[in-house]
Amino acid sequence: MKPAPFQYERPKTIEGVLAVLNQYGEDSKILAGGQSLIAMMNTRALQPRVVIDINRVPALDTLAVEDDTLVIGALVRHSEVAGSPIVREANPLIAEAYPHLAHRPIRNRGTLVGNLAHADPASEMPAVMVVGEAVMTLRNHDNLRTVHAEDFFLGPFETAARPDELLTEIRIPVAPQEQGWGFREFSPRKGDFALASVATVMSVVDGKIASVRLACAGIGPCACRLADAEGILAGATPGEEAFAAAAAAAVATIDPQEDFHADAAYRRDLVGTLMRRALADAHGRCAA
Amino acid sequence: MDKVKVAVTVNGTDYERDVEPRLLLSDFLRESLGLTGTHVGCEYGVCGTCTILLDGQSTRSCLCFAAQADGCEIETVESLGAIDNMHALQEAFWEKHGLQCGFCTPAMLMVAVELLRENPDPTREEIREAVSSNLCRCTGYQTIIESIELAAQRMRQQEAAE
Repeated sequence: MKPAPFQYERPKTIEGVLAVLNQYGEDSKILAGGQSLIAMMNTRALQPRVVIDINRVPALDTLAVEDDTLVIGALVRHSEVAGSPIVREANPLIAEAYPHLAHRPIRNRGTLVGNLAHADPASEMPAVMVVGEAVMTLRNHDNLRTVHAEDFFLGPFETAARPDELLTEIRIPVAPQEQGWGFREFSPRKGDFALASVATVMSVVDGKIASVRLACAGIGPCACRLADAEGILAGATPGEEAFAAAAAAAVATIDPQEDFHADAAYRRDLVGTLMRRALADAHGRCAA
Repeated sequence: MDKVKVAVTVNGTDYERDVEPRLLLSDFLRESLGLTGTHVGCEYGVCGTCTILLDGQSTRSCLCFAAQADGCEIETVESLGAIDNMHALQEAFWEKHGLQCGFCTPAMLMVAVELLRENPDPTREEIREAVSSNLCRCTGYQTIIESIELAAQRMRQQEAAE
Protein backbone atom coordinates (compact mmCIF):
# COMPACT_ATOMS: atom_id res chain seq x y z
CA MET A 1 0.00 0.00 0.00
CA LYS A 2 0.98 3.65 -0.21
CA PRO A 3 1.15 6.23 2.59
CA ALA A 4 -1.70 8.70 3.00
CA PRO A 5 -0.87 12.28 1.99
CA PHE A 6 0.96 14.39 4.58
CA GLN A 7 2.58 17.75 4.99
CA TYR A 8 6.36 17.42 4.72
CA GLU A 9 8.59 19.57 6.92
CA ARG A 10 12.36 19.46 6.69
CA PRO A 11 13.91 21.86 9.22
CA LYS A 12 17.69 22.39 9.29
CA THR A 13 18.11 23.08 13.00
CA ILE A 14 16.95 21.47 16.25
CA GLU A 15 15.11 24.70 17.08
CA GLY A 16 13.31 24.45 13.74
CA VAL A 17 12.23 20.86 14.53
CA LEU A 18 11.02 21.87 17.99
CA ALA A 19 9.01 24.77 16.58
CA VAL A 20 7.17 22.46 14.16
CA LEU A 21 6.66 19.89 16.93
CA ASN A 22 5.25 22.60 19.15
CA GLN A 23 2.82 23.60 16.45
CA TYR A 24 1.54 20.14 15.47
CA GLY A 25 2.27 17.87 18.47
CA GLU A 26 0.26 14.67 18.24
CA ASP A 27 -0.60 15.30 14.59
CA SER A 28 3.06 15.02 13.64
CA LYS A 29 5.68 12.30 13.49
CA ILE A 30 9.46 12.57 13.52
CA LEU A 31 11.13 10.90 10.54
CA ALA A 32 14.71 9.78 11.25
CA GLY A 33 15.64 6.44 9.65
CA GLY A 34 12.00 5.70 8.90
CA GLN A 35 12.45 1.93 9.05
CA SER A 36 9.46 1.54 11.36
CA LEU A 37 7.61 4.78 10.63
CA ILE A 38 7.44 4.44 6.85
CA ALA A 39 6.49 0.76 7.11
CA MET A 40 3.58 1.74 9.36
CA MET A 41 2.63 4.60 7.04
CA ASN A 42 2.71 2.27 4.03
CA THR A 43 0.23 -0.08 5.70
CA ARG A 44 -1.68 3.02 6.91
CA ALA A 45 -1.40 1.89 10.51
CA LEU A 46 -0.19 5.48 10.92
CA GLN A 47 -1.43 8.51 9.02
CA PRO A 48 0.34 11.53 10.49
CA ARG A 49 -0.82 14.91 9.22
CA VAL A 50 2.73 16.27 9.35
CA VAL A 51 6.00 14.40 8.89
CA ILE A 52 9.05 16.17 10.31
CA ASP A 53 12.16 14.91 8.54
CA ILE A 54 15.18 15.47 10.80
CA ASN A 55 17.72 14.07 8.33
CA ARG A 56 19.03 17.54 7.47
CA VAL A 57 19.75 18.59 11.03
CA PRO A 58 23.54 18.21 11.29
CA ALA A 59 23.49 18.91 15.05
CA LEU A 60 21.87 15.50 15.62
CA ASP A 61 24.64 13.27 14.27
CA THR A 62 26.99 13.25 17.27
CA LEU A 63 28.75 10.00 18.10
CA ALA A 64 31.43 10.70 20.68
CA VAL A 65 32.66 10.19 24.21
CA GLU A 66 32.36 13.37 26.26
CA ASP A 67 33.32 13.44 29.95
CA ASP A 68 33.17 9.66 30.41
CA THR A 69 29.80 9.55 28.67
CA LEU A 70 29.01 7.99 25.31
CA VAL A 71 26.76 10.40 23.41
CA ILE A 72 24.69 9.15 20.48
CA GLY A 73 22.57 11.65 18.56
CA ALA A 74 19.18 11.11 16.96
CA LEU A 75 20.59 10.71 13.44
CA VAL A 76 23.30 8.14 14.06
CA ARG A 77 22.49 5.04 11.99
CA HIS A 78 22.59 1.54 13.45
CA SER A 79 25.42 0.58 11.06
CA GLU A 80 27.55 3.45 12.31
CA VAL A 81 26.97 2.56 15.98
CA ALA A 82 27.51 -1.16 15.34
CA GLY A 83 30.82 -0.60 13.54
CA SER A 84 32.16 2.17 15.75
CA PRO A 85 35.42 1.49 17.64
CA ILE A 86 34.40 4.29 20.04
CA VAL A 87 31.23 2.40 20.98
CA ARG A 88 32.98 -0.97 21.27
CA GLU A 89 35.49 0.61 23.67
CA ALA A 90 32.99 2.66 25.69
CA ASN A 91 30.18 0.13 25.92
CA PRO A 92 30.96 -3.36 24.57
CA LEU A 93 27.43 -4.54 25.46
CA ILE A 94 25.97 -2.41 22.65
CA ALA A 95 28.40 -3.89 20.14
CA GLU A 96 27.63 -7.39 21.45
CA ALA A 97 23.87 -6.95 20.92
CA TYR A 98 24.05 -5.39 17.46
CA PRO A 99 24.52 -8.51 15.32
CA HIS A 100 21.05 -9.56 16.51
CA LEU A 101 19.37 -6.37 15.37
CA ALA A 102 17.58 -6.54 11.99
CA HIS A 103 19.45 -6.81 8.68
CA ARG A 104 22.09 -4.73 6.96
CA PRO A 105 19.81 -2.54 4.77
CA ILE A 106 17.63 -1.73 7.80
CA ARG A 107 20.71 -0.98 9.92
CA ASN A 108 22.13 1.23 7.16
CA ARG A 109 19.19 3.58 7.38
CA GLY A 110 17.56 3.03 10.78
CA THR A 111 18.83 4.97 13.79
CA LEU A 112 19.47 3.74 17.33
CA VAL A 113 17.65 6.69 18.86
CA GLY A 114 14.70 6.20 16.52
CA ASN A 115 14.55 2.55 17.53
CA LEU A 116 14.37 3.61 21.20
CA ALA A 117 11.72 6.26 20.53
CA HIS A 118 9.66 3.65 18.66
CA ALA A 119 9.88 1.32 21.71
CA ASP A 120 8.99 -1.96 20.05
CA PRO A 121 8.59 -4.47 22.90
CA ALA A 122 10.55 -7.11 21.00
CA SER A 123 13.50 -4.86 20.18
CA GLU A 124 16.89 -5.57 21.75
CA MET A 125 18.15 -2.05 22.33
CA PRO A 126 15.72 -0.90 25.05
CA ALA A 127 16.98 -3.75 27.28
CA VAL A 128 20.57 -2.82 26.48
CA MET A 129 19.87 0.81 27.42
CA VAL A 130 18.18 -0.19 30.69
CA VAL A 131 21.20 -2.29 31.64
CA GLY A 132 23.65 0.36 30.39
CA GLU A 133 21.91 3.07 32.48
CA ALA A 134 21.35 5.29 29.45
CA VAL A 135 19.86 8.71 29.98
CA MET A 136 17.51 10.08 27.33
CA THR A 137 17.62 13.77 26.47
CA LEU A 138 14.16 15.14 25.60
CA ARG A 139 13.69 18.64 24.28
CA ASN A 140 10.66 20.71 23.47
CA HIS A 141 10.56 24.32 22.29
CA ASP A 142 11.34 25.78 25.71
CA ASN A 143 12.68 23.01 27.88
CA LEU A 144 15.22 20.19 28.12
CA ARG A 145 14.76 17.27 30.48
CA THR A 146 16.42 13.94 30.97
CA VAL A 147 14.79 10.58 31.68
CA HIS A 148 16.53 7.37 32.72
CA ALA A 149 16.04 4.48 30.30
CA GLU A 150 14.31 2.52 33.06
CA ASP A 151 11.60 5.19 33.30
CA PHE A 152 11.49 5.90 29.57
CA PHE A 153 9.90 2.68 28.29
CA LEU A 154 6.30 2.57 29.49
CA GLY A 155 4.64 -0.04 27.31
CA PRO A 156 4.42 -1.35 23.76
CA PHE A 157 5.33 1.58 21.48
CA GLU A 158 4.87 3.88 24.44
CA THR A 159 7.55 6.07 26.03
CA ALA A 160 7.85 8.98 28.44
CA ALA A 161 8.38 11.36 25.49
CA ARG A 162 5.56 13.88 25.14
CA PRO A 163 4.02 14.76 21.77
CA ASP A 164 5.96 18.05 21.56
CA GLU A 165 9.29 16.52 22.56
CA LEU A 166 12.21 15.33 20.45
CA LEU A 167 14.54 12.61 21.74
CA THR A 168 17.68 14.48 20.68
CA GLU A 169 20.32 12.12 22.04
CA ILE A 170 21.09 9.39 24.51
CA ARG A 171 23.96 9.52 27.01
CA ILE A 172 25.44 6.31 28.35
CA PRO A 173 28.09 6.22 31.08
CA VAL A 174 31.33 4.69 29.80
CA ALA A 175 31.47 1.16 31.21
CA PRO A 176 34.19 0.56 33.83
CA GLN A 177 37.13 -1.41 32.40
CA GLU A 178 36.66 -4.26 34.87
CA GLN A 179 32.98 -4.72 34.02
CA GLY A 180 31.89 -7.82 32.11
CA TRP A 181 28.94 -7.94 29.72
CA GLY A 182 26.61 -10.48 28.15
CA PHE A 183 23.82 -10.46 25.62
CA ARG A 184 21.90 -13.51 24.48
CA GLU A 185 18.79 -13.90 22.44
CA PHE A 186 16.75 -16.46 20.61
CA SER A 187 14.87 -15.73 17.41
CA PRO A 188 13.51 -18.16 14.83
CA ARG A 189 15.56 -16.56 12.04
CA LYS A 190 18.62 -14.34 12.22
CA GLY A 191 17.69 -10.66 12.22
CA ASP A 192 14.13 -11.30 13.33
CA PHE A 193 12.76 -9.86 16.52
CA ALA A 194 13.63 -12.01 19.49
CA LEU A 195 11.26 -14.41 21.22
CA ALA A 196 13.32 -13.41 24.24
CA SER A 197 16.60 -11.64 24.87
CA VAL A 198 18.64 -10.97 27.99
CA ALA A 199 21.24 -8.26 28.59
CA THR A 200 23.54 -8.01 31.58
CA VAL A 201 26.63 -6.29 32.99
CA MET A 202 28.57 -7.49 36.02
CA SER A 203 31.53 -6.49 38.16
CA VAL A 204 33.35 -8.90 40.45
CA VAL A 205 35.48 -7.74 43.38
CA ASP A 206 37.41 -10.16 45.65
CA GLY A 207 35.60 -13.15 44.17
CA LYS A 208 32.11 -11.78 44.84
CA ILE A 209 29.63 -10.09 42.53
CA ALA A 210 29.99 -6.41 43.43
CA SER A 211 27.37 -5.11 41.00
CA VAL A 212 25.08 -6.59 38.42
CA ARG A 213 22.30 -5.32 36.18
CA LEU A 214 19.94 -7.52 34.21
CA ALA A 215 17.11 -6.84 31.79
CA CYS A 216 15.10 -8.80 29.30
CA ALA A 217 13.12 -7.93 26.17
CA GLY A 218 10.62 -9.67 23.96
CA ILE A 219 8.58 -11.17 26.76
CA GLY A 220 6.33 -8.34 27.92
CA PRO A 221 5.01 -4.87 27.07
CA CYS A 222 8.49 -3.36 27.27
CA ALA A 223 12.07 -4.08 28.28
CA CYS A 224 12.14 -4.82 31.98
CA ARG A 225 14.79 -4.93 34.64
CA LEU A 226 15.02 -8.18 36.58
CA ALA A 227 15.47 -6.79 40.11
CA ASP A 228 14.79 -10.02 42.01
CA ALA A 229 17.49 -11.84 40.11
CA GLU A 230 19.88 -8.93 40.63
CA GLY A 231 19.18 -9.13 44.38
CA ILE A 232 20.11 -12.81 44.49
CA LEU A 233 23.34 -12.20 42.61
CA ALA A 234 24.53 -9.20 44.62
CA GLY A 235 27.35 -10.35 46.89
CA ALA A 236 27.15 -13.95 45.69
CA THR A 237 30.05 -16.00 44.40
CA PRO A 238 29.75 -15.93 40.60
CA GLY A 239 29.21 -19.35 39.08
CA GLU A 240 26.68 -21.81 37.74
CA GLU A 241 24.92 -22.19 41.09
CA ALA A 242 24.28 -18.47 41.63
CA PHE A 243 23.35 -17.95 37.99
CA ALA A 244 20.82 -20.80 38.12
CA ALA A 245 19.28 -19.41 41.34
CA ALA A 246 19.02 -15.95 39.77
CA ALA A 247 17.50 -17.39 36.60
CA ALA A 248 14.92 -19.29 38.64
CA ALA A 249 13.99 -16.08 40.46
CA ALA A 250 13.68 -14.15 37.19
CA VAL A 251 11.55 -16.86 35.62
CA ALA A 252 9.22 -16.79 38.65
CA THR A 253 8.66 -13.03 38.36
CA ILE A 254 8.13 -12.56 34.62
CA ASP A 255 4.75 -12.93 32.97
CA PRO A 256 5.50 -13.51 29.29
CA GLN A 257 2.91 -12.92 26.62
CA GLU A 258 1.81 -15.81 24.44
CA ASP A 259 1.62 -15.63 20.70
CA PHE A 260 1.80 -17.69 17.56
CA HIS A 261 5.57 -18.05 17.94
CA ALA A 262 5.86 -19.18 21.55
CA ASP A 263 3.68 -19.86 24.58
CA ALA A 264 4.43 -18.46 28.02
CA ALA A 265 6.07 -21.62 29.38
CA TYR A 266 8.47 -21.75 26.44
CA ARG A 267 9.37 -18.07 26.82
CA ARG A 268 10.01 -18.56 30.57
CA ASP A 269 12.28 -21.45 29.76
CA LEU A 270 14.10 -19.35 27.17
CA VAL A 271 14.64 -16.46 29.59
CA GLY A 272 16.11 -18.81 32.20
CA THR A 273 18.50 -20.42 29.74
CA LEU A 274 19.51 -17.17 28.02
CA MET A 275 20.06 -15.54 31.39
CA ARG A 276 22.38 -18.27 32.66
CA ARG A 277 24.39 -18.01 29.44
CA ALA A 278 24.50 -14.20 29.45
CA LEU A 279 25.64 -14.18 33.08
CA ALA A 280 28.35 -16.74 32.30
CA ASP A 281 29.51 -14.58 29.35
CA ALA A 282 29.61 -11.50 31.59
CA HIS A 283 31.49 -13.34 34.31
CA GLY A 284 34.05 -14.61 31.80
CA ARG A 285 34.63 -11.04 30.61
CA CYS A 286 35.09 -9.48 34.04
CA ALA A 287 38.63 -8.28 34.51
CA ALA A 288 40.17 -10.18 37.42
CA MET B 1 -0.11 18.90 -1.17
CA ASP B 2 2.92 20.94 -2.14
CA LYS B 3 5.39 19.14 -4.29
CA VAL B 4 9.04 18.77 -3.36
CA LYS B 5 11.97 19.05 -5.73
CA VAL B 6 14.19 15.99 -6.01
CA ALA B 7 17.52 16.03 -7.78
CA VAL B 8 19.23 12.64 -7.84
CA THR B 9 21.90 10.80 -9.75
CA VAL B 10 20.75 7.32 -10.71
CA ASN B 11 23.31 5.01 -12.27
CA GLY B 12 25.38 8.03 -13.30
CA THR B 13 22.51 9.99 -14.90
CA ASP B 14 21.13 13.16 -13.28
CA TYR B 15 17.37 13.49 -12.88
CA GLU B 16 15.24 16.29 -11.48
CA ARG B 17 11.55 15.89 -10.69
CA ASP B 18 8.85 17.50 -8.56
CA VAL B 19 7.22 14.84 -6.41
CA GLU B 20 4.51 14.44 -3.81
CA PRO B 21 6.15 14.03 -0.37
CA ARG B 22 4.45 10.65 0.10
CA LEU B 23 5.99 9.16 -3.06
CA LEU B 24 8.18 6.22 -2.08
CA LEU B 25 11.65 6.01 -3.57
CA SER B 26 10.71 2.61 -5.05
CA ASP B 27 7.77 4.14 -6.93
CA PHE B 28 9.87 7.14 -7.93
CA LEU B 29 12.41 4.85 -9.58
CA ARG B 30 9.79 2.70 -11.29
CA GLU B 31 7.03 5.18 -12.16
CA SER B 32 8.75 8.56 -12.43
CA LEU B 33 12.03 7.41 -13.95
CA GLY B 34 10.83 4.23 -15.69
CA LEU B 35 13.56 2.13 -14.09
CA THR B 36 11.54 -1.02 -13.49
CA GLY B 37 14.52 -3.24 -12.68
CA THR B 38 13.90 -2.47 -9.01
CA HIS B 39 11.02 -4.69 -7.94
CA VAL B 40 8.41 -4.02 -5.30
CA GLY B 41 7.11 -6.80 -3.06
CA CYS B 42 5.71 -6.30 0.41
CA GLU B 43 6.11 -2.51 0.66
CA TYR B 44 6.83 -2.60 4.37
CA GLY B 45 10.46 -3.53 4.52
CA VAL B 46 10.25 -7.28 5.05
CA CYS B 47 10.93 -8.91 1.67
CA GLY B 48 13.94 -6.87 0.57
CA THR B 49 12.94 -6.99 -3.10
CA CYS B 50 13.18 -3.21 -3.55
CA THR B 51 16.73 -2.94 -2.15
CA ILE B 52 18.95 -0.45 -3.98
CA LEU B 53 22.19 1.33 -3.06
CA LEU B 54 21.71 4.84 -1.69
CA ASP B 55 25.08 6.61 -1.51
CA GLY B 56 26.64 3.16 -1.68
CA GLN B 57 24.60 1.70 1.18
CA SER B 58 21.98 -0.99 0.68
CA THR B 59 18.58 0.54 1.42
CA ARG B 60 14.97 -0.56 1.20
CA SER B 61 13.61 1.86 -1.40
CA CYS B 62 10.07 1.25 -0.06
CA LEU B 63 11.17 2.58 3.34
CA CYS B 64 12.45 5.89 2.04
CA PHE B 65 10.55 8.80 0.55
CA ALA B 66 11.78 10.02 -2.82
CA ALA B 67 12.08 13.50 -1.32
CA GLN B 68 14.69 12.19 1.12
CA ALA B 69 16.92 11.01 -1.72
CA ASP B 70 17.42 14.58 -2.91
CA GLY B 71 21.15 15.14 -3.49
CA CYS B 72 21.93 11.42 -3.27
CA GLU B 73 23.55 8.97 -5.59
CA ILE B 74 21.51 5.86 -6.33
CA GLU B 75 22.55 2.59 -7.90
CA THR B 76 19.97 0.11 -9.15
CA VAL B 77 20.29 -3.22 -10.93
CA GLU B 78 20.30 -1.33 -14.25
CA SER B 79 23.81 -0.13 -13.34
CA LEU B 80 25.26 -3.61 -13.52
CA GLY B 81 25.23 -4.83 -17.08
CA ALA B 82 23.29 -5.49 -20.26
CA ILE B 83 22.20 -8.74 -21.83
CA ASP B 84 25.23 -8.78 -24.14
CA ASN B 85 27.63 -7.46 -21.52
CA MET B 86 26.73 -8.91 -18.17
CA HIS B 87 28.29 -8.12 -14.81
CA ALA B 88 30.26 -10.97 -13.23
CA LEU B 89 27.47 -11.37 -10.67
CA GLN B 90 24.78 -11.63 -13.34
CA GLU B 91 26.92 -14.10 -15.30
CA ALA B 92 27.38 -16.24 -12.18
CA PHE B 93 23.67 -16.14 -11.23
CA TRP B 94 22.90 -17.39 -14.73
CA GLU B 95 25.42 -20.21 -14.64
CA LYS B 96 24.73 -21.37 -11.10
CA HIS B 97 20.94 -21.10 -11.32
CA GLY B 98 20.92 -18.29 -8.74
CA LEU B 99 17.42 -17.43 -9.89
CA GLN B 100 14.26 -19.14 -10.98
CA CYS B 101 11.38 -16.67 -11.25
CA GLY B 102 13.77 -13.71 -11.01
CA PHE B 103 11.59 -11.54 -8.79
CA CYS B 104 14.10 -11.23 -5.93
CA THR B 105 17.14 -11.18 -8.20
CA PRO B 106 17.72 -7.42 -8.72
CA ALA B 107 17.91 -6.88 -4.95
CA MET B 108 19.99 -10.02 -4.38
CA LEU B 109 22.46 -8.62 -6.91
CA MET B 110 22.58 -5.23 -5.21
CA VAL B 111 23.26 -6.61 -1.72
CA ALA B 112 25.95 -8.78 -3.33
CA VAL B 113 27.49 -5.65 -4.92
CA GLU B 114 27.61 -3.97 -1.50
CA LEU B 115 29.15 -7.08 0.09
CA LEU B 116 31.84 -7.61 -2.55
CA ARG B 117 32.90 -3.95 -2.55
CA GLU B 118 33.70 -4.18 1.13
CA ASN B 119 34.80 -7.76 1.21
CA PRO B 120 36.04 -9.21 -2.11
CA ASP B 121 36.69 -12.62 -0.53
CA PRO B 122 33.70 -13.37 1.70
CA THR B 123 33.15 -16.67 3.47
CA ARG B 124 29.95 -18.60 2.75
CA GLU B 125 28.73 -17.49 6.18
CA GLU B 126 29.32 -13.83 5.28
CA ILE B 127 27.42 -14.31 2.02
CA ARG B 128 24.56 -15.98 3.91
CA GLU B 129 24.49 -13.02 6.28
CA ALA B 130 24.39 -10.53 3.39
CA VAL B 131 21.52 -12.22 1.54
CA SER B 132 19.62 -12.98 4.75
CA SER B 133 17.91 -9.60 4.46
CA ASN B 134 16.15 -10.68 1.26
CA LEU B 135 13.47 -13.28 0.68
CA CYS B 136 13.63 -15.78 -2.16
CA ARG B 137 10.78 -18.26 -2.51
CA CYS B 138 12.22 -20.32 -5.38
CA THR B 139 15.84 -21.27 -5.02
CA GLY B 140 16.29 -22.25 -1.39
CA TYR B 141 19.20 -19.76 -1.34
CA GLN B 142 21.98 -22.32 -1.85
CA THR B 143 22.42 -21.50 -5.53
CA ILE B 144 22.36 -17.78 -4.76
CA ILE B 145 25.21 -18.27 -2.31
CA GLU B 146 27.10 -20.35 -4.86
CA SER B 147 26.55 -17.67 -7.51
CA ILE B 148 27.98 -14.94 -5.31
CA GLU B 149 30.90 -17.17 -4.34
CA LEU B 150 31.71 -17.81 -8.01
CA ALA B 151 31.36 -14.14 -8.97
CA ALA B 152 33.63 -13.11 -6.11
CA GLN B 153 36.26 -15.60 -7.22
CA ARG B 154 36.13 -14.37 -10.84
CA MET B 155 36.18 -10.72 -9.80
CA ARG B 156 39.27 -11.36 -7.70
CA GLN B 157 40.98 -13.11 -10.64
CA GLN B 158 39.98 -10.23 -12.90
CA GLU B 159 41.37 -7.74 -10.38
CA ALA B 160 44.65 -9.71 -10.10
CA ALA B 161 45.02 -9.85 -13.89
CA GLU B 162 44.67 -6.07 -14.26
